[in-house]
Amino acid sequence: MQNKVITTTNLTKQFGDFTAVDHISFEVNKGEIFGFLGANGAGKTTAIKMLCGLSNPTSGEATIAGCDIYKETEKIKQRIGYMSQKFSLYEDLTVIENIRFFAGIYGLTDQEIKEKGNALIENLGMQDSMHKMVGSLPLGWKQKMAFSVAVLHEPQIVFLDEPTGGVDPVTRRQFWDLIYNASDRGITVFVTTHYMDEAEYCNRVSMMVDGRIAALDTPDQLKSYYNATSMDEVFFELARGAKRGE
Amino acid sequence: MFRDPKTLLLLFGMPIAQILLFGFALTNEIKDSKIVVIDYAQDNASKNIIHKLSANPAFDLAESHFNAEQIENAFQKGTIKLAVIFPANFEHNLLHSSNSQIQIIADASDPNTASTLSNYASAIIQDYQLSQLQQQGMATTPLNIDTQIRMIYNPELKGATNYVPGVMALVLLLVSVLMTSVSIVREKELGTMEILLVSPVSPLMVIISKAIPYFALSIFNLTIILMLSYFLLELPIAGSLVLLYAASSLLILTGLALGLLISNSTDSQQTAMLISLMGMLIPTILFSGFMFPIENMPWPLQIISNVVPSKWYYIIVKDVMIKGLGFSSVWKEMLILTSMAIALLLISLKKYKIRLV
Repeated sequence: MQNKVITTTNLTKQFGDFTAVDHISFEVNKGEIFGFLGANGAGKTTAIKMLCGLSNPTSGEATIAGCDIYKETEKIKQRIGYMSQKFSLYEDLTVIENIRFFAGIYGLTDQEIKEKGNALIENLGMQDSMHKMVGSLPLGWKQKMAFSVAVLHEPQIVFLDEPTGGVDPVTRRQFWDLIYNASDRGITVFVTTHYMDEAEYCNRVSMMVDGRIAALDTPDQLKSYYNATSMDEVFFELARGAKRGE
Repeated sequence: MFRDPKTLLLLFGMPIAQILLFGFALTNEIKDSKIVVIDYAQDNASKNIIHKLSANPAFDLAESHFNAEQIENAFQKGTIKLAVIFPANFEHNLLHSSNSQIQIIADASDPNTASTLSNYASAIIQDYQLSQLQQQGMATTPLNIDTQIRMIYNPELKGATNYVPGVMALVLLLVSVLMTSVSIVREKELGTMEILLVSPVSPLMVIISKAIPYFALSIFNLTIILMLSYFLLELPIAGSLVLLYAASSLLILTGLALGLLISNSTDSQQTAMLISLMGMLIPTILFSGFMFPIENMPWPLQIISNVVPSKWYYIIVKDVMIKGLGFSSVWKEMLILTSMAIALLLISLKKYKIRLV
């Protein structure tokens, strides 16, 4: 019954006369890796902020993990994890202090914090740097750590807003291993990106153009529909179409 | 440059504002200070001197029949700065024993004003003495008017009575406003604020946990200032410490609320710091009364000074710490400060909530 963890119907956000997100409707299944793609300014971040409860929708409906985004924001917050576009751990706290802090605000017990914290550090191979300031770590490590912290409380859904900006392909690959890992544990992953190779890693992707969802399907289906060899081409095709429509 | 109104304002607004402020409003000159004359003598000599006193622009003179207790009350309330007392038989003593006394009492909680005013007053009396001498010729025995000056609240005229309360207001506001606004804006800049807002932690908790350390730090700072002024500057704390800390807590709360408000209106640490500094430091220095007497400012500035929280704090601290007054004398100022703190806290909490949801 709880197969759909995210459903939105005509979700809209307007800033003055500018419609950042224009009547988007979609569903995300449990355990799915859902790619939320689009060019800069297409409205991805605004949409993700509405889904996380950071921003109030202008109109439309949405349920996250079975909770209404207008009325049950507090429940939603317990059930989701979030990693923002900006790298967002405390740089002047050490690795282990960050883990303790974020686990603490999600209400994990001391015992859980200890176990999960150790598992996380071991998993990332960061035993040597656990007492280092996060600010001194390389960007790729910080991002892997931020993701691991975001799923530490085993949320039903984790929202990732351009998690891999500015890191090299190898690190990105490692990052995606972490995502698959989480997905295997049943965590639904909602990820925005504008790296089209990452889109290939998703189970399903939606393409956002000018605040609307222009296409939504599996990467393979999209490629065959648009007669393209890669997601890059699909993206160009859609983006070009949108400009004509303007 | 012309496309950036902020820079323009800074470049051309600042000099204009400063010249106007310092030229007209903020002067250390003393004029129209409220002084009271108690004339037990009611004779020619005393009337002559009172006339001379009232002619001086520094004094706004009133005659009254205050008894000792009433004088003290007036000083406590701060309604008078100086009292001149003529004893009965002033002229009689002067003419018959060539020796008479005048008592001058000054409110030395503001040492500069007190010494200036009492110097003026004794100069006027000297002047009278000299003119009498010339009238009577050298033949008679010289007249001697003995002016006894009493500096109440601060007999040694320590400058510290003025600036310690001022520094307290400055430091407390700076720590609370600046640190709160900068630390919250820092979280915004780093992106950690978003994470906190997405988490189940309530926004109120975020604010409270931001506020508590700075509150504690400010109280710690206050303690250090008080200890330094007590042990090093040997400035006694005349009134109740509890009252002093209570008033300071109110000021800190006001500062925390202001800091929160500032952090709502900007996303960069630099701007937050600038607003805090300009918005706190300058009004506190100008309008709290510790550098420039508020009574001498033109009325628009006097009205503005009423919205500066540190003005009320400064009055409380001086009354409690220097004059040793109790709650009954400062409740009005405490009430004003409390309402400011509550109003600002409510506004900032409300604004804060709007931002996240």
